[in-house]
Amino acid sequence: MGKLFAVVVAIITIISVAIFVMHTWWMPIDVSTNGPAIDRQMDDTMIGVGVLFLAGQLVLAAFAWGSSNTSSGRKIKIFPGGATPLVAGAIILVGLEVLTLTFVGSKAWGAIYVAPPPADSMRIDVQAEQFAFYFRYAGPDGKFGAIHPDKIDDGSGNYFGLDPANDIAARDDIVVGSLTIPVNTPIWLTLHSKDVGHSFYVRELRVQQDFVPGLEIPLHFTATQTGKFELVCTQLCGLGHYNMKAYVEVVSQGDFQQWLKTQAGQ
Amino acid sequence: MQETSQHAVHQHAPPTSFIRKHVFSLDHKVIGKQYYGLALVAVFIGMVLSWLMRIHLAWPTWPIPGLDKLSAVGAPGGVMTPEYYLSLMTMHGTIMVFFVLTNAPFAAFGNYFLPIQIGAEDMAFPRFNMMSFWTTFVAFLVMVTAFFVSDGPPISGWTAYAPLSAIGKDAGPGLAMGQNLWAISIAIFCIGSLLGALNFIATTLDLRTKGMSLSRMPYSTWAWFVTAVISLLAFAVLLPACILLILDRTAGTSFFVASGLVLSDHLQPHSGGSTLLWQHLFWFFGHPEVYIAILPSIGIVATILPVFARKPLLGPRATIGCMIAIGFLSYMVWGHHMFVSGMNPFSANLFSVPTLFITIPATILTLLLIGTVYGAKMRFTTPALFCLGFISVFISGGVSGFFLAQPSLDVYLHATYFVVAHFHFVMAVASIFGVFAGTYFWAPKMFGRMMNETLGKWHFWLTFIGVYCIFMPMHYLGMAGNVRRYSAFVDDYLIPLIPVHKFITIAALATGAAQFIFLFNLIWSRFKGPIASDNPWEATSLEWSTSSPPPFDNFGGRHMVVYQGPNEYGVEGSDKDYVMQTSPEKIVTR
Repeated sequence: MGKLFAVVVAIITIISVAIFVMHTWWMPIDVSTNGPAIDRQMDDTMIGVGVLFLAGQLVLAAFAWGSSNTSSGRKIKIFPGGATPLVAGAIILVGLEVLTLTFVGSKAWGAIYVAPPPADSMRIDVQAEQFAFYFRYAGPDGKFGAIHPDKIDDGSGNYFGLDPANDIAARDDIVVGSLTIPVNTPIWLTLHSKDVGHSFYVRELRVQQDFVPGLEIPLHFTATQTGKFELVCTQLCGLGHYNMKAYVEVVSQGDFQQWLKTQAGQ
Repeated sequence: MQETSQHAVHQHAPPTSFIRKHVFSLDHKVIGKQYYGLALVAVFIGMVLSWLMRIHLAWPTWPIPGLDKLSAVGAPGGVMTPEYYLSLMTMHGTIMVFFVLTNAPFAAFGNYFLPIQIGAEDMAFPRFNMMSFWTTFVAFLVMVTAFFVSDGPPISGWTAYAPLSAIGKDAGPGLAMGQNLWAISIAIFCIGSLLGALNFIATTLDLRTKGMSLSRMPYSTWAWFVTAVISLLAFAVLLPACILLILDRTAGTSFFVASGLVLSDHLQPHSGGSTLLWQHLFWFFGHPEVYIAILPSIGIVATILPVFARKPLLGPRATIGCMIAIGFLSYMVWGHHMFVSGMNPFSANLFSVPTLFITIPATILTLLLIGTVYGAKMRFTTPALFCLGFISVFISGGVSGFFLAQPSLDVYLHATYFVVAHFHFVMAVASIFGVFAGTYFWAPKMFGRMMNETLGKWHFWLTFIGVYCIFMPMHYLGMAGNVRRYSAFVDDYLIPLIPVHKFITIAALATGAAQFIFLFNLIWSRFKGPIASDNPWEATSLEWSTSSPPPFDNFGGRHMVVYQGPNEYGVEGSDKDYVMQTSPEKIVTR
């Protein structure tokens, strides 16, 4: 029975690792300046943890195999050196791995979340609601109109609660249902939620950030390739959560200016 | 060879009426079995819910026979609506975490065996003990009632994030009476858990028999004791959090709801609350809850493995130290659930470091269990197999924690199936493997009859292979960015992943079906199994020094005296290869 256990554990371990190694299901292409550090961190962690997983499972399998020899002549054996080398080894090896991951990983985290957005970032407001995203550009005047929750009215398309009658800055704000951004330009999003918690997750940009009702949450990134990517909600927000999505279109600088002009004229 | 002491006097007389003997019993053994029975009912409900969810995820348009009978609105024609999927998911998570993973390894086995393992005749406060079970039972009834209210069960997940959970019907279906019942049920559950935790702590500290020093306590008792301390601090925070949530929902307060929110075209009347406050309070409970679920199973496996390895546990003091360290660190890591929540990003590093450091005692515990297998003469009984299986799944679940503990990787993996794989392996499956090991090991003591080994081994193999087929592919889904808590996969990038979901569903159905082998074995053996001797496994701790099942006062009027630790296996120079804790014989060599 011990030998069977060992074989089954070994087979499960090897198949599990092989699928990871072959990248059968994996992260999509990275199109952001944040991505390389995160992907490198993912690879480093995958290697370190993969070795721990492989070693742990295979050693367990080997010991289980050995322990199935219950012949009466054989004496039980205590692990060489007792517990001390295992405890010391775990503290040193896992401790080192932990410290390494912490120091390296905190840089990648800091670049996205702690560092302020570049001063020349392009600012876009995002409003999340059950079950849609809306995006607001400041328009030709470069100013956002103030948000008034009591004026929010989906029926008339006033998703942000703007008051163009009394607020000049709001009159030229551009509100659209998909996020169009220029490539290689720092983007600074301000996330608002109209109702409950939502989240902004674009796999290719390697960003994820919750919308918190009552708070304005900043998020910044720079897309490095043009293309069309899916933005999905990852914070449970109600019955239509699974279908809350939008597209992020990364376009060239020229195309973006043209798009902006077209939207401002509408 | 047993001496007696006059250490403890039983606090209450044996009951004579059926009600006092089997229903409102003060006997910790009956209460332990009641907790086990409740967990058993709960786990099969939770499992069926997971079946329904898995079938829907793989084949969303398939009508499920009979489902419309449970909810004509939630599943018209047997095809569940998106909100009903979320309802079943919420109820699955809540029932499994609270009524199974908290009840079975801790409350059920702890109630039954902690007093016996320390040589006591009962818990310190038998009436509190009875109250804690019946309070938990009421909590369960309230929770299950949510299935039958008109707007359906809640849909906000087992974490009940505000403001979705705090606003009421404007937020969607299931968030009116269903969510009220959820919050009330969990508040009641907290009261029961607090009563139980106090009892466990007082019993361990005050009622140990003569010679039962802390260092001689079995590892399972140590685990239940540490878990009780964690529970006391964790549920003491969740209880007021639930009360505040109920007030937000019913009394117009705004603890968790900010001003200016618009739902269902209504500007909500709340103002000034913090939605992140709920997350902080919930996870201050929620992460220690992970250890409330897993520590007892670690203790159970550390107790059982040496019995079948026929050698002492490697590093007994390190094992106890690691359990205490995990309990201590469990209070410093709650923020790792909130890296992308919008809390101050500086704090992510502060929560990441202790989260990563908690892997050190967890790794040591795993290595000590593996080291115990080294050179053993293993008796491959069913409980032994589940102990080995526990080590394997605990490794699998533990290593993925390295990813999620890092904020920079959590950015990608948060809220994906990678997280679902991680917590199911490390918290649910590992914990349940400990419960299975404990059941096969202790059923002879609890019921006086042995369980069937052949059925037990079939149960092990189908379950062990099955859980890997279910949860290992979820890691791959997470790497591809498959978001959790979706009732259907309509995004362009998710559609190619549906075949993986179909594989997982088939594995879940098969693995779930295998659990009926266990259920049959448990019930059949209870009445028809071979009679168990007092010590069928040749184990050392005190429960094996009394009859199977133990008498009302546990030791038949004897007051046990302890001379040994629980770890005396593989002993040479004795007529057996082990020495009971009650044996005064001197151990010369091993």
